[in-house]
Amino acid sequence: MAEELLYWQALNRAMDLAMEADETVFTLGEDVGLYGGSYRVTEGLYAKYGEWRVRDTPISEGGFTGLGVGAALVGLRPVVEIMTINFAMLAIDSIANAAAKIPLMSGGQFPMALVVRMPGGIARQLGAQHSQRIEQMFMNVPGLRIAVPSTPQDAFWQLRQAIASDEPIILLEHEMLYFNKGPVDIDAAPPPIHRAVVRRTGADLTILSYSRMALFAEQAAAELTKDGIEADVIDLRSLNPIDWDTCATSLKKTHRLLIVEEDSRFAGAGAELAAGLTERCFSSLRVPPQRLAGLDIPTPYNGKLEAATIPQVPDIVAAAWALCRPEAAKAAAG
Amino acid sequence: MERETLHHLLHDMLLARAFEERAAAEYMKGNISGFMHLYPGEEAVAAGVINAANPSDYIVSTYREHVHALVRGISARKVMAELFGRADGVSGGMGGSMHMFDRERRFMGGYAIVGESCPIAVGIAYAVAMRNLPEAVICFFGDGAMNQGAFHEALNMAGLWHLPVLFVCENNHYAIGTEVHRHSAVSDLYKRAAAYNIPAERVDGMDVLKVHEATLQALDHVRRGDGPQFIEFETYRYRGHSMSDPGTYRPAVELKAYQAHDPISAAIKEFEFSYPNPDELAQDGADHIDRLARHLIDAGHAREAELEAIKADVKKTIEDAVAFAAASQEPTMDAAWQALRCNRHQEVLI
Repeated sequence: MAEELLYWQALNRAMDLAMEADETVFTLGEDVGLYGGSYRVTEGLYAKYGEWRVRDTPISEGGFTGLGVGAALVGLRPVVEIMTINFAMLAIDSIANAAAKIPLMSGGQFPMALVVRMPGGIARQLGAQHSQRIEQMFMNVPGLRIAVPSTPQDAFWQLRQAIASDEPIILLEHEMLYFNKGPVDIDAAPPPIHRAVVRRTGADLTILSYSRMALFAEQAAAELTKDGIEADVIDLRSLNPIDWDTCATSLKKTHRLLIVEEDSRFAGAGAELAAGLTERCFSSLRVPPQRLAGLDIPTPYNGKLEAATIPQVPDIVAAAWALCRPEAAKAAAG
Repeated sequence: MERETLHHLLHDMLLARAFEERAAAEYMKGNISGFMHLYPGEEAVAAGVINAANPSDYIVSTYREHVHALVRGISARKVMAELFGRADGVSGGMGGSMHMFDRERRFMGGYAIVGESCPIAVGIAYAVAMRNLPEAVICFFGDGAMNQGAFHEALNMAGLWHLPVLFVCENNHYAIGTEVHRHSAVSDLYKRAAAYNIPAERVDGMDVLKVHEATLQALDHVRRGDGPQFIEFETYRYRGHSMSDPGTYRPAVELKAYQAHDPISAAIKEFEFSYPNPDELAQDGADHIDRLARHLIDAGHAREAELEAIKADVKKTIEDAVAFAAASQEPTMDAAWQALRCNRHQEVLI
């Protein structure tokens, strides 16, 4: 039976159920305990599980993420919360040099059941240092897996799956999704953690996206249908590994690819998606893949400028027109 | 101290020295590649500390780890095979000189990012404390690592939560080429632990008996729940930082270069791999292994013949290790993928 939950509530429920079921699961991070978590994800857990399993840490991202790595080496299942992805820069050593490499370096002797949760994305005028996603930095580290849930149901499923996994996984949340509401079925069997889902079907083009932009893509597809353009909207749900088969199946039908990403364009996730799908589906593509992405600029504080740095729904609609009906799009642009 | 322990310490130190000398020779022959950091001069620290640990304790090491691994009981065969990059190496040929892991012996890896071992050790200690077990974690690092943020973050958390860690600083006085007075505002390194309320002392790291005794006491505190402890062992590496570093920035060699008044011969020396022979060591003061051996004989714990027997045994072990490594197969790419995905089990990803 599905219930309506906010995204943060879905994550909170996943944490609670995982901690209840398995006493090796513990969480740590800044203000996850007494305070209840900056985005309330760990609310209520401190009272229920105590300070050893819900550990408030000093402001030491590198140190407490490294602590998570050490704890995972000896059989615990740490869920490290990094308050925002921007602070994860300070933990990159623990994530990329330690967690991602220990399984191989040890010749397969050690599990690394580490989950690192963090929100990213452009929210509401948080300034350049707090307005980025930088997922491509982690995508380029072999040995890491990355899940990017866009709905409360996926947030619930993917966090539970990440905790159950014995490999290091980054769960990239989004600051603008925490208060989105959606149905969450606690008992339903989830799809595999990295499987992409087709949110909407259509034969004219494939819009490929993830996280908050997947929701924008769905909205744009609803607009486009009024103009008679039907889009397959794929929510990737994962940036490593990528579910190439779901994407390729769609492209064989639509022959047109539009990739929508919030982070900056240059060497971003979209570049990998475009290259990977061109290699796999070259003969299916009628036109070159198009990327709609954030501008290659640190995000300005000003609200209008901030909105202009990332794709918006009308931008996706316009890009879809340009792909499907280039002549009409040109005429409309004047 | 028991005669048996003394013999054991001496054996480990002689094995360590002979192993590293042979590793250097095999490196020069091209059988070992990459970065390799050798331990001669520092043997008393590894032998004294690790022999004071229980099998249930955890060891977290650094990139200068061959001897830590050997003293922990990992066979010379497996350590040498790892240096050779072979399938029978302790990390299956996937780790190399700087990344040896042995789950069975709770040897939790060598880490080549300076200071990184500290938060990892603290994480293991966190798990031990959470489970309320009488185990200790021994965290090795050098004087250079004490200037990393990770070191301070780790000590703060260990002190804050009274975690069962023994921080072992192998102070060989050089952060690669930068002498301790040029890299640390406080050159009495052990004093820096006071910032985190961690009891600390400085011990002569060239005297294995002192090292062993100090470690036993510190581990006793750790296991009694007194929280983290810190020991700075003053030691010295006879070689440069790594195989590509002749170590010529250090006073004895600098002095010789100055005495020669010959910048050309000094420059040539930069390109030579030099390893001090026993005579040179004697000139620089008695070697600590020789000193221990003499102590054993003087105190009536050993006869010359016994020492010769240990040396012969060590020599045999090393020959056997090299033969084993040379005969071991190269690992396959499949094995590398398996190591990476070792813990995936039946998990379905997509």
